[in-house]
Amino acid sequence: MDMAFTEEQRMIVDMVRRFVREEIIPLEDNLDPDADELPSEKLSELVEKTKEMGLHGLDTPPEFGGPEIDLVTRCLIAIECSQHRAGLYAPCYYAFGGARQTQLFEATDSQKEKYLYPMLRGEKKVFFGLSEPSGGSDPGRAIQTKAVRDGDEWVLNGTKLWISGADRADYGLVFARTGGPGRSGVTAFIVETGWEGFSVRRVVHTLRSAKYATEIQMEDLRVPHENILGDEGGGFAIANDRLSRQRIPYSAECLGVAIKAHEMATEYSKIRETFGAPLSHRQGIQWMLVDNEIDIRAAKLLVFDAAAKADRGEPFRTESAIAKLVSTENSFRVVDRSMQIHGALGVAKDLPLERWFREMRIRRVGEGPSEVQKHVIARDILKESLR
Amino acid sequence: MPVRMDKPWEPLREVSLETVASHLGVYQLADDAGDIVYIGVADARTLFGLRGELQKAIAEPPSGASQFRVEINMAYRTRHAELLQAYLHDHGELPIGNTDIDKRMLGSLCPAG
Repeated sequence: MDMAFTEEQRMIVDMVRRFVREEIIPLEDNLDPDADELPSEKLSELVEKTKEMGLHGLDTPPEFGGPEIDLVTRCLIAIECSQHRAGLYAPCYYAFGGARQTQLFEATDSQKEKYLYPMLRGEKKVFFGLSEPSGGSDPGRAIQTKAVRDGDEWVLNGTKLWISGADRADYGLVFARTGGPGRSGVTAFIVETGWEGFSVRRVVHTLRSAKYATEIQMEDLRVPHENILGDEGGGFAIANDRLSRQRIPYSAECLGVAIKAHEMATEYSKIRETFGAPLSHRQGIQWMLVDNEIDIRAAKLLVFDAAAKADRGEPFRTESAIAKLVSTENSFRVVDRSMQIHGALGVAKDLPLERWFREMRIRRVGEGPSEVQKHVIARDILKESLR
Repeated sequence: MPVRMDKPWEPLREVSLETVASHLGVYQLADDAGDIVYIGVADARTLFGLRGELQKAIAEPPSGASQFRVEINMAYRTRHAELLQAYLHDHGELPIGNTDIDKRMLGSLCPAG
């Protein structure tokens, strides 16, 4: 695989790196270590800058106003954007554009007018409602939220769990069972949060400081038939397409944090002395740094392999699973070792390591746990569907 | 953990702080009638956590606060947001002392009970 990046890609990396170092990191001196938001005036200022850079709306296709970048470049940017305290779950505090529900690009023209364009203009917020108390890794089977047709409407009943941002969203995508068991029985609906029967019951507190999860309840929620996204029974394909593709930049974000943690540990090992010599002179520390370096390099190769395959239009589901598995597991180990090298300082809120440690732990579970990624990879090796 | 804090109130006096450590977390202040007048957070920028924040409240009680209760919570940011949202749901407005919060920045929560 050719890992030589183009001149344009190198320029983009330099530009984003400078933005993170000069615009984002200094802001964090005055924020709570667990902060995930900036004052709106400051964010608007930063958004103007990313627009000037031609990089606003990173996950928006060019035909809808997003930048002309491929997935490899998207990953290079993700690696840079996550290299600050809040960077794993709030990269650059969303100055490059917030999370996009990419399924809405598949909407009908009237759905696009009503729901997609306001989201792209930043006027409306959208949530993604897939996981349920019964499970999130195997949504085709686990979804129990039921939608029953009643004339021109569907009546939804059920509960969604681990849903980010539902309490602040204007509408969202809700996956519900309209048919029998299995994947073909799941349909995606666009649901407005102001409709009667929709409520966010609670905030779900986790290790994560940013983008907290919520629990949603739907009680006799009536949704117009025209708000079905895609085909009836086609909800699983819509959800799955998003998950495979987004796992790649998701993996790259983990790498960015790992790279920064490793850089900090390396520097600290040179200046911190124990028993008359710098930590970097100790073989135990050197080996930790070596393990960090190998973990980062291995994950980087796999992330860019997956991105390059996707860019070439080749199948990439297995590569995406491998990238996600290795980058999250390796990056977690890198952050853990880097904390260890920092000693007590590593676990204090004075440094970002403790936040990265907590949030990186979630990355091994979020967007499909490591074991599910292995399941996907095994299915490819064995060329059969594992039940 | 219940969405709404339901611990008993303590008098907002120095002597009551003997049992409050400098942990991070959230707190509520109430008036004599037990009506919440402020929902606060002791985040990692505070010098002495909950204890420090309550000492400030004793020195300058916001909106006639005379009682307090605390909850140690490392997820202090999300918990603070949740308490504010629950109060907003129940009362249609924020506590009188929470002029530091822009309610447009809060989500909409509809907790049971």
